[in-house]
Parts: sequence; structure tokens; C-alpha cells
Amino acid sequence: MDALVALWDGAFGSAFAFWSATLVRATPLLFVGLAVAVAFRAGVLNIGAEGQLLIGAVFASAVALALSGAPRVVMIPLMLAGGMAGGALWSGIAAVLRRRFGVLEVISTIMLNFVALAVVSWVVRGPLQEPTRIYPQTVTFVEAARWPFLVPGQRLHLGFVLGIIAALALWFVLARTAAGFRVRAVGAGPRAAQSAGGVDADRLTFRVFLLSGALAGAAGASEVGGVTWALYEGLSPGYGYTAIAVALLARLDPRAVIASAILFGALEAGGAGMQRDAGVPAVAVQVVIAMILLAVLAATRRRMSLSDGA
Amino acid sequence: MSVAPALALRGISKQLGSTRALEDAHCTVRVGTVHALLGENGAGKTTLMRIAFGALEPDAGSVALHGATRRFHSSRDAIAAGIGMVHQHFMLVPAFTVTENVALGSRRRFNATQVAARIRALGVETGLAANPDARVRDLAVGAQQRVEVLKALANGAQVLILDEPTAVLSPAESEDLYRWIRRFVSDGGTVVLITHRLAEALAVADDVTVLRRGRTVLAQSRSSVDERTLVEALGGDAAPVALRPGVRPVDAEADIVFALEHVDVVDARGVARLRDASLTVRRGEVLGVIGVENSGQRELLRVLAGRLEPSAGRVTRPARVGFVPEDRLADALIPTMSLTENLVLADAGIQRGVIPWAERESEARAVISAHEVVATGPRSPVAILSGGNQQKFVVGRERAVSPAALVAENPTRGLDLRASARVLAAIAAAADEHRGAAVVFSSDLDEILGLTSRIVACHGGRVTEVPAPADRLDRAPYTRALLGLGA
Repeated sequence: MDALVALWDGAFGSAFAFWSATLVRATPLLFVGLAVAVAFRAGVLNIGAEGQLLIGAVFASAVALALSGAPRVVMIPLMLAGGMAGGALWSGIAAVLRRRFGVLEVISTIMLNFVALAVVSWVVRGPLQEPTRIYPQTVTFVEAARWPFLVPGQRLHLGFVLGIIAALALWFVLARTAAGFRVRAVGAGPRAAQSAGGVDADRLTFRVFLLSGALAGAAGASEVGGVTWALYEGLSPGYGYTAIAVALLARLDPRAVIASAILFGALEAGGAGMQRDAGVPAVAVQVVIAMILLAVLAATRRRMSLSDGA
Repeated sequence: MSVAPALALRGISKQLGSTRALEDAHCTVRVGTVHALLGENGAGKTTLMRIAFGALEPDAGSVALHGATRRFHSSRDAIAAGIGMVHQHFMLVPAFTVTENVALGSRRRFNATQVAARIRALGVETGLAANPDARVRDLAVGAQQRVEVLKALANGAQVLILDEPTAVLSPAESEDLYRWIRRFVSDGGTVVLITHRLAEALAVADDVTVLRRGRTVLAQSRSSVDERTLVEALGGDAAPVALRPGVRPVDAEADIVFALEHVDVVDARGVARLRDASLTVRRGEVLGVIGVENSGQRELLRVLAGRLEPSAGRVTRPARVGFVPEDRLADALIPTMSLTENLVLADAGIQRGVIPWAERESEARAVISAHEVVATGPRSPVAILSGGNQQKFVVGRERAVSPAALVAENPTRGLDLRASARVLAAIAAAADEHRGAAVVFSSDLDEILGLTSRIVACHGGRVTEVPAPADRLDRAPYTRALLGLGA
């Protein structure tokens, strides 16, 4: 009971808990959740959001460090663009492997996650290391590269608003536009999309793969710009993996990803609070997350088998 | 004295979702006979046999095997009791070899050499030859079906249920299958043949059971029924729809709608699928295409429909051509999407910007009513429609996309008489449009003969016109063309 109270308090118990812990953790989950959702919608099983997030963080950090004299209005869009380009580059490797050589993206993307970890380790000890060369991290970013806070005295930053905008835009594109319909059609019936619809499915999945990586890369930019103000190892506690649960709980609907990202943000924040206040290890939250995921999968499976029998 | 029936189903009722699939249905299959189970789509034929096979449990009624009442809780029980079933959609693992697939259904420990030997022995014993080491994905449909039958026989099946076995076969392959069925039965086996093809039932069956809307409406021996009785039993009070609109005249002066000149198609593996194909289809014409599996007709139709780029040669065709592919659930429709979305699918490649969903929904409603598609509305998913209604929707959609040019591939596959007639009429209607023409492939020669102006045959990737015989009912020239023999 104490543990549950601590979990709740850690997530929603105070204004600080909500604005500075829950929503701050929900922000990267929102981006990576969208990244996974759009990829899965197109039938691309991108489970490499973690690696794409990390490379996005590397690129955004490189922009922040290289343009240290630039004003904020130039700096922030370029960091975001850099992060998205980095993420797209990373998912692009898997996309090319799939298109050219038929390599399953489930395997290539998860392998690239480990390569991305190694890349981060290298850049914080090499090209982007702080000048004293003692700590494996970059220097703290200049003021102009720190993303503005949204609520005075709270740590919630610009990234959250950008994430909400991305979710609504993605929802609109998928539900209403021809391009979004092509994505859904290729995901739900690739052969029919090609034969009946004349859609070039290979080209489309390639593009969605890049978009997915770009969204995950935006999460990396938003983390280094809005939260850490520096690049170091252990930047992400596995947001890219939680993203799969976020997207599946939302049934791959971008609007629902907003709510599910906040729920998982609350679980992460509450888990930390639970460990601090009740002495229950934060991994207990991982158990809760796993159970949610299994319940969602079981419910979906049941629905599928029901419609199959009718 | 009388021998107990091989299979006796009595008073079977079954509710599936919101539909009453079976209501007090019965069927008695004598040992050593071929029993035809007839009925239109959705009459409950497959459901009844899935109950006999243990795949479904009945809500009421009993299943007796050789006189003993049995209660099967799964297909495993039925297989152990000596029942085998070959489903319309094969249950094979494409990446596995024939041996592996046959072993998959068995409870014994897997021993590849033993299973392969068993397959060879069965081949000698029953005349069903299959290469044990071939991969199923490399086999033609007819050969895959033989593997399914072998799988059942290897498990000791004495009662074999075949669900629409000839739906996927060419006429020649069907002949082979009938011959095999007769042989199996004369050796003491028992076969239940689920079909909606009257001619098939009349040709091979000893006994006939007809189901209509889940009830048994006729159960007699073949010798005591004729075609008319069966048609009446199948369709009930409604008059059967004429299947033969009559042969269409050819106007050699009319404008050309489709033309191929020296077209070659080479597939991704470098195999020539279509060689030097030339043909013309003129205004008002319905061109019939015949061919056995893998003879090039698949590629021919796709080139005409603009779904496949030829490797060489010239193609003339209208800018947009409606296409009704054989495998509608994979190639024409997205089952999880709504009817409206499936209508939009046809324009998916060329549509830009925001889709006017409200407008498209009323278009879908128009297709539904114009083609008598039975559906709760444009928002219901395609998956819950029956096969016939799915096909009517596909044809309606393709006619909406391209009213005057249509290419169809086995368009009546799996459909009942009435749905078939509607689909064929829609194809003929495309050719009747201003500057209209249609091309239709069918593995059912009768269907083609009744619908088309001219017929071309595909054999080994070559396309040749079959001159119409003096006697319209003479099928020999077509059969020779299918086999690649000269006239």
C-alpha cells in the first residue's frame, strides 16, 4: 500500500511531480511512441527507436556545440532538425538493408541500438568530449541551446508542446489525407495496396522508416535540449523500448499516444518516487508495464479471433 | 443386412456469431461412396463438415462414425478416428518440404526417411505421386492439394472430406482428381465432396445431400435425382439465373481497345513467363483466356490491366483498366478496412491531399446498392462480408474506376450460382459500354464459352487464339489448346 501511495505521489502527488517529473518523462515517450506507431501502421517493425533517439541526441548536441554563438531562434530549430536527421540516418541504414537485401528490420534495428550506444560512448570520449578530457560527456550547452520552460518554476519544456503538435499532425495525416491512407493501406494489405491501388509499397515503407527515425531522433534532440543540456552515456533509460508499449497501448492511434505517453511517464516518475519513499525497487514498475502490454496484446488477439470466427 | 454408415450427422444445429449456420441438419455418408454435399455460399456446407472433422463442436445433434456415436473435442480426435479434411485454403507450411508438411500432422516422432518412404509407398498404392523433398512453395496448386490429401492419408484417413477441391484446379487437374477419388472409393475409402458445382456432383457422386440456409433440403442417391431437382433444391423458390448470356459477336472493323505486340515478360528469377504475345481486343468484345496453372495467363492479364510492366513489346490499353484478381482478399481488398476505405483504395496511388471522406462514403453506398452487395453499410469491414458480396463489391468498384475496360481473373471462384451470374453480367456490361471491352480468364471452360466473343489459350507462356469449332458444344479444340496441342 505504501508503495502504491508513493507511486501515485511520485507521479501526481504535487504540482512538481506532475509538471516536472511525469510530463518531462512523457515528452520523449511521446516522440518515440509516435515513431513506433507510424512505423507499425505501415507494417514496418521498427524496434530501434532507442538507437535512433541516441543518434538524434548526438546530432542535436553536435549542432548545439558547433553553433555556440547562434541566437536561440536559429539554434533550437537547427537542433531539432539535426536530431531528426540523425534519427532518420540511423533508421535509414535499416531501411536500406531491408529494401536492398531483404534484411528483417526487427533484427537490424535492434542490432543498431547497440551500435548507437557505442557511438554515444565514443563521441563523449572523443570528438565531443568536454575540454578537460576528464568526464565522458560534452560541456553544458550555452544558454541559447537550452529549450525554454513552459511553466515558471517547472522543468516542463518546449519539447512537450512539439510532441503534442507532432501527434495531432500525424493523426490528421493518417486519418484524413491520401498519403496517410497509403501508409495504412500498405500496412494492412500490402498486396492489395499495390495491385488494386497502384501504390509503390517498397518506396512508401522506406519513407515511413525514415519518418519514424526522424521522430525518434526528435526525442533525442528534445532530451539534450530540454532536460540534460549535455550529451552523456545513459541519457535514455530505455525510452525507445518503452515506446513499443506506449504505441501498442494506444492501438497505434497518434492521438491516443498522447494519453499513453503520459501514463507511462507517470509510471516512470512514480517508480522513481516509489523507490525513494517506500524502498520498493523501481523495476517493479517494469513489471506493471509488462503486464499492461500483455493485457493489451491479449485483448487485441481476442478481438481478432472473435472477428475471425464470425 | 446393412453396414453402418461411415459418417452419420443427425440433428446438427450451430450458432456462429449472430447467424444460425445450421438448423437440424443431417447427412448420412455410406461406406465406399462419394457423397456430394451441395449448397450455395453460406448454406452451411463447410460448417457441417468442420463439425464432422471436430474443428467445431455442435450446439445440438450427434456425430456417429461407423455406427458409434463420437464426441470430438478437436480435429486431433477426428484424425485419430480416421477422418481427414482438405480445406479450401490449404494448411501447408510453404517453406517446408512435402515430407515435413506430411509429418506435421502426425503425432509420431519425426523421422524424415520413414515419412518420405511412407509418402512414396502411398504414391504407389493410391496413385498420388509427390516428390517428398520438394518445397511446398515451389509446387503448383494442384500438387499442393495432393500433398494435403497425402497428409490426410498418412494419418490413416478412411473418410476424406474435400472442401471445394476443384475451385483451384484447371479442368485437366480436376479430371485427375475425380479419377483418383473414384479409385480411392473403389478401394474401400469414403469421400465427402463439398461443392457448389452441379455438374461435378452429378458426374462423380453416388449420393447427394443439399443444404439450404443451414437445413438439409434433399438427401438422395445420385441415380434418383436430375439436374433440375438439384437446382430447385439449391435455390428454392427463386428461379435459377441464366448462366449463359450467349456468345457475343466479333466486329473485325471495330476500334481496338487492348493490343499487345510481341510482349515478353520475364520474372524476377529470370524465367520467361510470357513469350512474344500478340493479341487485339476490339470494342464490344469479351476476350476469353484459358490456360492451366503457370501457363502465362497470370502475367498476360496483369499486363493488360496495367499491373505489370512487360520486359519487351508494345502494349496499347486504356489509361485506367479495372482489374478483378483471382485472390480477392490479398490482391483486391484489405479485409480489416471498411467498404469506403476499400473504395478509396482503388485511387490510392494517384490521390493527393485531403480525402473527401463524406463524398467517398456516398460513392461506396452507391456501389453497394447498384451491385446488390449485402452489407450493413459502407463503414462495415470487408472481412465480415461473404465471399460473393466481397466479389460484387470488387467488381462494382472496378467498374466505377473504369466503366468500359475490365480484366477479370477467375471472377466467380468460390461464388454461388446467383453471385456468379451477377459478376459475369457486370463483366459483359463493361464490354457493352461505349468503346468498352473486357478480358476474362476462367478455369471453368463452360463459363468462358457462355460469355466471350473469342478465346485465346496460354501454354508455356505463348498465347494462341483458339478458332471457334463449328459445333459450339465441341470442347475438344479447347482441351487440346490447354495442353498445347495444335488444332
